[in-house]
Amino acid sequence: MSEIAEKVKAIIIDKLGVEASEVTPEASFTNDLGADSLDTVELIMEFEKEFNVSIPDDQAENIGTVGQAISYLEEHAK
Amino acid sequence: MSLRRVVVTGLGAITPLGKTAPAYWEGLKAGVSGAAPITRFDATKFKTRFACEVKDYNPDDYFERKEGRKMDIFTQFGLIAADEAIQDANLEGVDKDRVGVIWGSGIGGLTSLQAECIAFANGDGTPRFNPFFIPKMIADSASGNISIKHKFRGPNFVTTSACASSSDSIISAFNYIRLNMADVMVTGGSEAAVTESGVGGFNALKAMSERNDAPELASRPYDKERDGFVLGEGAASLVLEEYEHAKARGAKIYAELIGGGMSADAYHITAPDPEGNGVVLVMQNALRDAGISPADVDYINTHGTSTPLGDGAEVKAIQKVFGEHAYDLNISSTKSMTGHLLGGAGAIEAVACILAMQHNIVPPTINHFTDDPELDPKLNFTFNKAQEREVNVAMSNTFGFGGHNTSVIFRKVRD
Repeated sequence: MSEIAEKVKAIIIDKLGVEASEVTPEASFTNDLGADSLDTVELIMEFEKEFNVSIPDDQAENIGTVGQAISYLEEHAK
Repeated sequence: MSLRRVVVTGLGAITPLGKTAPAYWEGLKAGVSGAAPITRFDATKFKTRFACEVKDYNPDDYFERKEGRKMDIFTQFGLIAADEAIQDANLEGVDKDRVGVIWGSGIGGLTSLQAECIAFANGDGTPRFNPFFIPKMIADSASGNISIKHKFRGPNFVTTSACASSSDSIISAFNYIRLNMADVMVTGGSEAAVTESGVGGFNALKAMSERNDAPELASRPYDKERDGFVLGEGAASLVLEEYEHAKARGAKIYAELIGGGMSADAYHITAPDPEGNGVVLVMQNALRDAGISPADVDYINTHGTSTPLGDGAEVKAIQKVFGEHAYDLNISSTKSMTGHLLGGAGAIEAVACILAMQHNIVPPTINHFTDDPELDPKLNFTFNKAQEREVNVAMSNTFGFGGHNTSVIFRKVRD
């Protein structure tokens, strides 16, 4: 797993209080990991801070799973 | 329409003396001080470097981590105290549409506000405020979170009147039941202001004791050498219930809440009126609401914060209202032990009054060393040691910056 993927997983485990085994690429933040709308906003902000990127709202809407977050950040992280 | 009677059927507390209501009472009875050096932040540069913190507090003992970090510590304290009171009252099977929550907090989520502002100031100007920041900070998040957890759908809000906040929440809850707008109300108050901004802010007002060499001796209401209040933190909760409703379900009844009074000093934003006129008025208002005479009162848990001005003004007012009976009263300031919980003070002191009635023991005013020549020596301030006494009626006074005065009266229940 890439370093970015490791960090993304760690943030999700920390913020959503879930087990590492639950954080699979297909796992949806809201449907599988118990996030509500505010949790999702917080996750996006944490990704921005950790990876020094700015994720526009229209693109953030397309980040709904662990895998989508990893792909987006692998592409955009500086 | 006649007003309905209201009784207390549940108690909870998380305080500098103990983390449950029974532990709190043990501390009060024993005359223990909750003051110690500040552990929550590095207070080296502060004028006051001690406070009455809740000892060994770890939110993980009470909340799942994800749940706990979405709440400011003042809300955590509130939920812990309310959960204990709700469990104590055993509200299983009660119609939750008829149960409300009215909480009190003087400040709200100061820790969260401070942390977010520091993070912004340390950044490059890009706003990265956490989405949970506002819901954590706003004072009403305490009553909101209590209702969400327990699904209580009755009246729900928070009262803010500085250090009178949770006495005002108790009176509001009392009135909603009296007026038949709810059958049960979870009330109380919490505060958690032991932060850099809280301690620094009160230091700037020259309101706090600076007795850093002996923190446990610093809160000394009515002592000649008192030099300000000691900041406390924590929460307490009372379940109030309509009397017939409580009897019908066989609830344990601690006491009856028989009256509440409110008034304003209309004098100065932080200084008390030295003549205590607003304080005279609030006690008269409470006695009238309760329909009792001054001679019926056995115990007054005073506001008595250990400030040079405030303590004297309240005593002067008590003598005006109670006349000769003032000498027969037990008077005590439990802030000598708990410190000053600000918006939580009214709630923890109401719980102290109710437990004093239950046990017929008056908790003391500790740390008395030197008589204040300005105070009448014939008054009984219950100095240093708890006193046994039949307590049928107890009054709790609280006053807040802004000149808010609130007084509540409890009586042993009788048919």
